[in-house]
Amino acid sequence: MHEMSICERIVQVLEEQARTHCYQRVKKVWLEIGPLAGVELEALRFSFEVVARGTLTEGAGLEIIQPPGEAWCLTCDKLVAIRERFDSCPECGGYRLRVTSGDQLRIKELQVE
Amino acid sequence: MCTVCGCNESETHVSAINKPLHYGQGSAHAHAPGLSQQRMVQIEKDILGKNDRYAQANRERLRQAGQLCINLVSSPGSGKTTLLSETLECLVGTIPLAVIEGDQQTSNDAERIRATGVPAIQVNTGKGCHLDAHMVGHALAKLPLAEHGILFIENVGNLVCPAAFDLGEAHKVVILSITEGEDKPLKYPDMFAAADLMVINKMDLQPYLDFDLDRCIGYARRVNPEIEVLRVSARSGEGMDAWLDWLQLRRQSLLCSQL
Repeated sequence: MHEMSICERIVQVLEEQARTHCYQRVKKVWLEIGPLAGVELEALRFSFEVVARGTLTEGAGLEIIQPPGEAWCLTCDKLVAIRERFDSCPECGGYRLRVTSGDQLRIKELQVE
Repeated sequence: MCTVCGCNESETHVSAINKPLHYGQGSAHAHAPGLSQQRMVQIEKDILGKNDRYAQANRERLRQAGQLCINLVSSPGSGKTTLLSETLECLVGTIPLAVIEGDQQTSNDAERIRATGVPAIQVNTGKGCHLDAHMVGHALAKLPLAEHGILFIENVGNLVCPAAFDLGEAHKVVILSITEGEDKPLKYPDMFAAADLMVINKMDLQPYLDFDLDRCIGYARRVNPEIEVLRVSARSGEGMDAWLDWLQLRRQSLLCSQL
Protein backbone atom coordinates (compact mmCIF):
# COMPACT_ATOMS: atom_id res chain seq x y z
CA MET A 1 0.00 0.00 0.00
CA HIS A 2 1.07 3.61 -0.59
CA GLU A 3 4.67 2.50 -1.22
CA MET A 4 5.27 5.71 -3.17
CA SER A 5 4.36 7.94 -0.24
CA ILE A 6 6.42 5.75 2.12
CA CYS A 7 9.40 6.32 -0.19
CA GLU A 8 8.74 10.05 -0.21
CA ARG A 9 8.89 9.97 3.61
CA ILE A 10 12.11 7.97 3.55
CA VAL A 11 13.78 10.45 1.21
CA GLN A 12 12.43 13.31 3.35
CA VAL A 13 13.95 11.78 6.50
CA LEU A 14 17.28 11.25 4.72
CA GLU A 15 17.31 14.90 3.63
CA GLU A 16 16.67 16.02 7.22
CA GLN A 17 19.31 13.67 8.59
CA ALA A 18 21.85 15.00 6.07
CA ARG A 19 21.89 18.27 8.00
CA THR A 20 22.24 16.56 11.39
CA HIS A 21 24.88 14.05 10.34
CA CYS A 22 26.65 16.18 7.70
CA TYR A 23 26.59 13.97 4.64
CA GLN A 24 26.11 14.78 0.99
CA ARG A 25 25.19 11.44 -0.51
CA VAL A 26 23.45 8.33 0.67
CA LYS A 27 25.03 5.17 -0.76
CA LYS A 28 22.93 2.55 0.95
CA VAL A 29 19.87 2.46 3.21
CA TRP A 30 18.90 -0.34 5.60
CA LEU A 31 15.18 -0.54 6.27
CA GLU A 32 13.46 -2.75 8.78
CA ILE A 33 10.06 -3.83 7.47
CA GLY A 34 7.97 -6.38 9.30
CA PRO A 35 5.68 -8.86 7.52
CA LEU A 36 2.63 -7.13 9.06
CA ALA A 37 3.60 -3.58 8.03
CA GLY A 38 1.41 -3.82 4.93
CA VAL A 39 4.29 -3.00 2.59
CA GLU A 40 4.84 -4.76 -0.71
CA LEU A 41 8.62 -4.98 -0.97
CA GLU A 42 8.85 -5.13 -4.75
CA ALA A 43 6.63 -2.06 -5.09
CA LEU A 44 8.76 -0.33 -2.46
CA ARG A 45 12.01 -1.02 -4.35
CA PHE A 46 10.47 0.26 -7.56
CA SER A 47 9.09 3.42 -5.93
CA PHE A 48 12.33 4.09 -4.07
CA GLU A 49 14.33 4.23 -7.27
CA VAL A 50 11.84 6.64 -8.83
CA VAL A 51 11.44 8.92 -5.79
CA ALA A 52 15.20 9.05 -5.12
CA ARG A 53 15.96 10.50 -8.55
CA GLY A 54 17.33 14.03 -8.35
CA THR A 55 17.93 13.79 -4.58
CA LEU A 56 20.96 13.01 -2.44
CA THR A 57 19.63 9.45 -2.28
CA GLU A 58 19.71 8.89 -6.07
CA GLY A 59 21.17 5.51 -6.95
CA ALA A 60 21.40 4.39 -3.32
CA GLY A 61 21.16 0.67 -2.62
CA LEU A 62 18.24 -0.59 -0.56
CA GLU A 63 18.71 -3.37 1.99
CA ILE A 64 15.61 -4.70 3.68
CA ILE A 65 15.77 -6.43 7.03
CA GLN A 66 12.66 -8.50 7.70
CA PRO A 67 12.07 -9.20 11.37
CA PRO A 68 9.72 -12.12 12.13
CA GLY A 69 6.07 -11.57 13.05
CA GLU A 70 5.21 -12.43 16.64
CA ALA A 71 2.03 -12.50 18.66
CA TRP A 72 1.03 -13.23 22.24
CA CYS A 73 -1.44 -16.11 22.36
CA LEU A 74 -3.98 -15.39 25.12
CA THR A 75 -4.91 -19.08 25.26
CA CYS A 76 -1.38 -20.55 25.44
CA ASP A 77 -0.07 -17.57 27.39
CA LYS A 78 3.10 -17.40 25.32
CA LEU A 79 4.77 -15.73 22.33
CA VAL A 80 4.27 -17.49 19.00
CA ALA A 81 5.46 -16.85 15.44
CA ILE A 82 2.97 -15.58 12.84
CA ARG A 83 3.29 -14.49 9.22
CA GLU A 84 -0.09 -12.84 8.66
CA ARG A 85 -2.57 -11.01 10.86
CA PHE A 86 -5.16 -13.73 10.31
CA ASP A 87 -2.82 -16.61 11.17
CA SER A 88 -3.92 -18.96 13.91
CA CYS A 89 -1.73 -19.89 16.85
CA PRO A 90 0.71 -22.61 15.68
CA GLU A 91 0.38 -24.28 19.10
CA CYS A 92 -3.36 -24.33 19.86
CA GLY A 93 -4.91 -23.35 16.50
CA GLY A 94 -6.89 -20.53 18.13
CA TYR A 95 -7.18 -16.92 17.06
CA ARG A 96 -6.88 -15.15 20.39
CA LEU A 97 -3.64 -13.52 19.32
CA ARG A 98 -2.33 -10.08 20.10
CA VAL A 99 0.36 -8.97 17.67
CA THR A 100 3.54 -7.93 19.48
CA SER A 101 6.03 -7.60 16.63
CA GLY A 102 6.05 -7.54 12.87
CA ASP A 103 4.64 -4.13 11.96
CA GLN A 104 8.01 -2.37 12.01
CA LEU A 105 8.52 0.29 9.37
CA ARG A 106 11.85 1.89 10.22
CA ILE A 107 15.02 3.28 8.73
CA LYS A 108 17.81 1.50 10.64
CA GLU A 109 21.07 2.82 9.25
CA LEU A 110 22.75 4.44 6.32
CA GLN A 111 26.00 4.27 4.45
CA VAL A 112 26.82 7.86 3.51
CA GLU A 113 29.61 10.06 2.24
CA MET B 1 4.18 29.77 6.74
CA CYS B 2 1.18 28.08 8.27
CA THR B 3 0.41 28.33 11.98
CA VAL B 4 -0.61 24.68 12.35
CA CYS B 5 2.75 23.03 11.87
CA GLY B 6 5.07 25.53 10.23
CA CYS B 7 4.81 24.00 6.78
CA ASN B 8 4.82 26.01 3.59
CA GLU B 9 1.12 26.41 2.81
CA SER B 10 1.78 27.03 -0.84
CA GLU B 11 2.92 23.42 -1.14
CA THR B 12 0.33 21.81 1.10
CA HIS B 13 -3.19 22.96 1.59
CA VAL B 14 -6.41 21.44 2.66
CA SER B 15 -8.42 21.92 -0.48
CA ALA B 16 -5.99 20.20 -2.85
CA ILE B 17 -2.88 18.37 -1.91
CA ASN B 18 -1.92 17.20 -5.32
CA LYS B 19 1.75 17.94 -5.70
CA PRO B 20 4.39 15.34 -5.02
CA LEU B 21 7.17 16.32 -2.68
CA HIS B 22 10.40 17.37 -4.33
CA TYR B 23 13.74 17.29 -2.65
CA GLY B 24 17.32 18.10 -3.38
CA GLN B 25 16.60 20.48 -6.22
CA GLY B 26 18.42 23.41 -4.70
CA SER B 27 22.18 23.75 -4.43
CA ALA B 28 23.98 21.81 -1.70
CA HIS B 29 24.62 24.15 1.21
CA ALA B 30 26.39 21.85 3.60
CA HIS B 31 30.06 21.26 3.05
CA ALA B 32 31.89 19.32 5.70
CA PRO B 33 35.63 19.00 5.02
CA GLY B 34 37.11 15.64 5.85
CA LEU B 35 33.75 13.89 5.80
CA SER B 36 33.70 12.82 2.19
CA GLN B 37 34.60 9.20 2.94
CA GLN B 38 31.90 6.62 3.21
CA ARG B 39 30.69 5.95 6.73
CA MET B 40 27.75 4.41 8.54
CA VAL B 41 25.08 6.41 10.31
CA GLN B 42 22.64 4.75 12.71
CA ILE B 43 19.40 6.67 12.67
CA GLU B 44 16.59 4.34 13.84
CA LYS B 45 13.74 6.47 12.53
CA ASP B 46 10.15 5.38 12.17
CA ILE B 47 9.17 6.05 8.58
CA LEU B 48 5.71 7.21 9.60
CA GLY B 49 7.10 9.02 12.66
CA LYS B 50 6.31 12.43 11.22
CA ASN B 51 2.67 11.47 10.70
CA ASP B 52 2.55 10.11 14.24
CA ARG B 53 3.84 13.41 15.64
CA TYR B 54 1.15 15.34 13.75
CA ALA B 55 -1.41 12.81 14.98
CA GLN B 56 -0.33 13.37 18.59
CA ALA B 57 -0.69 17.13 18.10
CA ASN B 58 -4.19 16.61 16.68
CA ARG B 59 -5.09 14.33 19.60
CA GLU B 60 -3.97 16.96 22.10
CA ARG B 61 -5.91 19.64 20.30
CA LEU B 62 -9.04 17.47 20.24
CA ARG B 63 -8.59 16.66 23.92
CA GLN B 64 -8.45 20.35 24.77
CA ALA B 65 -11.59 20.94 22.71
CA GLY B 66 -13.29 17.99 24.46
CA GLN B 67 -14.02 16.29 21.15
CA LEU B 68 -14.69 12.63 20.56
CA CYS B 69 -13.05 11.99 17.21
CA ILE B 70 -14.20 9.02 15.13
CA ASN B 71 -12.33 7.99 11.98
CA LEU B 72 -14.72 6.17 9.62
CA VAL B 73 -12.95 3.82 7.24
CA SER B 74 -14.27 1.41 4.62
CA SER B 75 -14.06 0.44 0.99
CA PRO B 76 -15.81 2.75 -1.51
CA GLY B 77 -19.55 2.23 -1.64
CA SER B 78 -20.04 0.68 1.81
CA GLY B 79 -22.53 3.40 2.70
CA LYS B 80 -20.23 5.50 4.89
CA THR B 81 -21.66 8.81 3.81
CA THR B 82 -25.26 7.59 4.17
CA LEU B 83 -24.52 6.18 7.63
CA LEU B 84 -22.84 9.43 8.57
CA SER B 85 -25.60 11.69 7.29
CA GLU B 86 -28.29 9.56 8.99
CA THR B 87 -26.24 9.67 12.22
CA LEU B 88 -25.98 13.44 12.00
CA GLU B 89 -29.73 13.75 11.37
CA CYS B 90 -30.34 11.85 14.62
CA LEU B 91 -27.83 13.81 16.70
CA VAL B 92 -28.01 17.31 15.28
CA GLY B 93 -29.35 19.81 17.80
CA THR B 94 -28.57 17.54 20.76
CA ILE B 95 -24.76 17.68 20.72
CA PRO B 96 -22.20 19.72 18.76
CA LEU B 97 -21.09 17.95 15.58
CA ALA B 98 -18.50 18.52 12.88
CA VAL B 99 -17.21 16.53 9.92
CA ILE B 100 -13.99 16.26 7.94
CA GLU B 101 -14.67 14.63 4.58
CA GLY B 102 -11.82 12.95 2.77
CA ASP B 103 -12.04 12.05 -0.90
CA GLN B 104 -9.63 12.01 -3.77
CA GLN B 105 -11.69 14.58 -5.65
CA THR B 106 -14.98 16.51 -5.52
CA SER B 107 -16.74 18.13 -2.59
CA ASN B 108 -19.97 16.16 -3.14
CA ASP B 109 -19.80 14.46 0.26
CA ALA B 110 -19.16 17.66 2.22
CA GLU B 111 -22.16 19.19 0.46
CA ARG B 112 -24.28 16.17 1.45
CA ILE B 113 -23.16 16.63 5.04
CA ARG B 114 -23.71 20.39 5.10
CA ALA B 115 -27.29 19.73 3.96
CA THR B 116 -27.86 18.24 7.44
CA GLY B 117 -26.81 21.58 8.99
CA VAL B 118 -23.53 20.26 10.36
CA PRO B 119 -20.28 22.13 9.55
CA ALA B 120 -18.12 20.06 7.20
CA ILE B 121 -14.82 20.62 5.50
CA GLN B 122 -13.73 18.69 2.45
CA VAL B 123 -10.14 17.51 2.13
CA ASN B 124 -9.20 16.37 -1.34
CA THR B 125 -6.18 14.15 -1.23
CA GLY B 126 -5.45 14.55 -4.94
CA LYS B 127 -3.25 11.61 -5.84
CA GLY B 128 -3.28 10.36 -2.27
CA CYS B 129 -5.03 7.19 -1.22
CA HIS B 130 -5.58 8.18 2.43
CA LEU B 131 -5.91 11.14 4.77
CA ASP B 132 -2.83 11.83 6.88
CA ALA B 133 -2.52 13.63 10.19
CA HIS B 134 -1.00 16.72 8.56
CA MET B 135 -4.06 17.24 6.33
CA VAL B 136 -6.37 16.71 9.30
CA GLY B 137 -4.39 19.28 11.34
CA HIS B 138 -5.08 21.88 8.65
CA ALA B 139 -8.73 20.92 8.49
CA LEU B 140 -9.02 21.24 12.30
CA ALA B 141 -7.67 24.76 12.11
CA LYS B 142 -10.52 25.74 9.80
CA LEU B 143 -13.37 23.86 11.42
CA PRO B 144 -15.43 25.39 14.23
CA LEU B 145 -15.39 22.85 17.09
CA ALA B 146 -17.86 23.50 19.91
CA GLU B 147 -16.92 21.86 23.23
CA HIS B 148 -17.93 18.30 24.08
CA GLY B 149 -19.01 17.37 20.58
CA ILE B 150 -18.26 14.60 18.14
CA LEU B 151 -15.97 15.10 15.19
CA PHE B 152 -16.37 12.53 12.44
CA ILE B 153 -13.63 12.02 9.90
CA GLU B 154 -14.84 10.20 6.82
CA ASN B 155 -11.67 8.76 5.36
CA VAL B 156 -11.01 8.06 1.70
CA GLY B 157 -12.84 4.90 0.61
CA ASN B 158 -9.98 2.42 0.75
CA LEU B 159 -9.59 -0.64 2.96
CA VAL B 160 -5.80 -0.67 2.74
CA CYS B 161 -3.87 2.56 3.22
CA PRO B 162 -5.89 4.46 5.87
CA ALA B 163 -5.11 1.62 8.31
CA ALA B 164 -1.53 2.78 8.67
CA PHE B 165 -2.21 6.47 9.30
CA ASP B 166 -3.13 7.64 12.77
CA LEU B 167 -5.05 10.90 12.42
CA GLY B 168 -5.33 11.59 16.14
CA GLU B 169 -8.75 9.95 16.42
CA ALA B 170 -10.10 8.18 19.50
CA HIS B 171 -11.42 5.22 17.48
CA LYS B 172 -11.25 3.87 13.98
CA VAL B 173 -14.63 2.45 12.99
CA VAL B 174 -14.65 0.17 9.97
CA ILE B 175 -17.85 -0.10 7.97
CA LEU B 176 -18.47 -3.23 5.95
CA SER B 177 -21.60 -3.60 3.87
CA ILE B 178 -23.09 -7.03 3.33
CA THR B 179 -22.94 -6.59 -0.45
CA GLU B 180 -19.16 -6.86 -0.18
CA GLY B 181 -18.58 -10.46 0.86
CA GLU B 182 -17.90 -11.88 4.30
CA ASP B 183 -14.19 -12.50 3.78
CA LYS B 184 -13.21 -8.80 3.61
CA PRO B 185 -11.67 -8.96 7.13
CA LEU B 186 -9.26 -11.65 5.90
CA LYS B 187 -8.57 -9.96 2.60
CA TYR B 188 -7.83 -6.60 4.25
CA PRO B 189 -6.68 -7.63 7.72
CA ASP B 190 -4.73 -4.46 8.60
CA MET B 191 -7.84 -2.32 8.62
CA PHE B 192 -9.84 -4.71 10.79
CA ALA B 193 -6.86 -5.01 13.13
CA ALA B 194 -6.69 -1.21 13.48
CA ALA B 195 -10.44 -0.69 14.11
CA ASP B 196 -12.19 -0.82 17.50
CA LEU B 197 -15.65 -1.32 16.01
CA MET B 198 -16.98 -3.00 12.87
CA VAL B 199 -20.34 -1.70 11.66
CA ILE B 200 -21.98 -4.18 9.31
CA ASN B 201 -24.14 -1.99 7.09
CA LYS B 202 -26.98 -2.50 4.59
CA MET B 203 -28.60 -5.15 6.81
CA ASP B 204 -31.92 -4.43 5.05
CA LEU B 205 -30.52 -6.30 2.02
CA GLN B 206 -29.89 -9.50 3.95
CA PRO B 207 -32.93 -11.40 2.57
CA TYR B 208 -31.58 -10.94 -0.96
CA LEU B 209 -27.98 -11.97 -0.32
CA ASP B 210 -26.01 -15.04 0.76
CA PHE B 211 -23.90 -13.06 3.18
CA ASP B 212 -22.83 -15.27 6.09
CA LEU B 213 -22.90 -12.88 9.05
CA ASP B 214 -21.44 -15.23 11.65
CA ARG B 215 -18.59 -16.20 9.38
CA CYS B 216 -17.83 -12.51 8.71
CA ILE B 217 -17.73 -11.72 12.44
CA GLY B 218 -15.56 -14.81 13.01
CA TYR B 219 -13.09 -13.62 10.37
CA ALA B 220 -12.95 -10.14 11.89
CA ARG B 221 -12.25 -11.62 15.34
CA ARG B 222 -9.49 -13.81 13.93
CA VAL B 223 -7.72 -10.64 12.93
CA ASN B 224 -8.77 -8.63 15.96
CA PRO B 225 -10.16 -10.66 18.91
CA GLU B 226 -11.34 -7.49 20.65
CA ILE B 227 -13.26 -5.84 17.81
CA GLU B 228 -16.83 -4.86 18.67
CA VAL B 229 -19.57 -5.51 16.11
CA LEU B 230 -22.84 -3.71 15.33
CA ARG B 231 -25.39 -4.57 12.64
CA VAL B 232 -26.98 -1.57 11.03
CA SER B 233 -29.03 -0.43 8.10
CA ALA B 234 -28.55 3.28 7.63
CA ARG B 235 -31.38 3.15 5.11
CA SER B 236 -34.06 1.41 7.16
CA GLY B 237 -32.82 2.63 10.54
CA GLU B 238 -32.33 -0.92 11.86
CA GLY B 239 -29.60 -1.00 14.50
CA MET B 240 -29.12 2.76 14.47
CA ASP B 241 -30.00 3.06 18.16
CA ALA B 242 -27.19 0.71 19.16
CA TRP B 243 -24.75 2.71 17.02
CA LEU B 244 -25.91 6.02 18.55
CA ASP B 245 -25.61 4.47 22.04
CA TRP B 246 -22.09 3.34 21.22
CA LEU B 247 -21.16 6.90 20.25
CA GLN B 248 -22.84 8.46 23.31
CA LEU B 249 -21.12 6.01 25.64
CA ARG B 250 -17.69 6.84 24.18
CA ARG B 251 -18.45 10.54 24.38
CA GLN B 252 -19.58 10.32 27.99
CA SER B 253 -16.56 8.32 29.08
CA LEU B 254 -14.35 10.91 27.41
CA LEU B 255 -16.15 13.68 29.30
CA CYS B 256 -15.85 11.78 32.59
CA SER B 257 -12.13 11.25 32.04
CA GLN B 258 -11.71 15.01 31.68
CA LEU B 259 -13.53 15.98 34.85
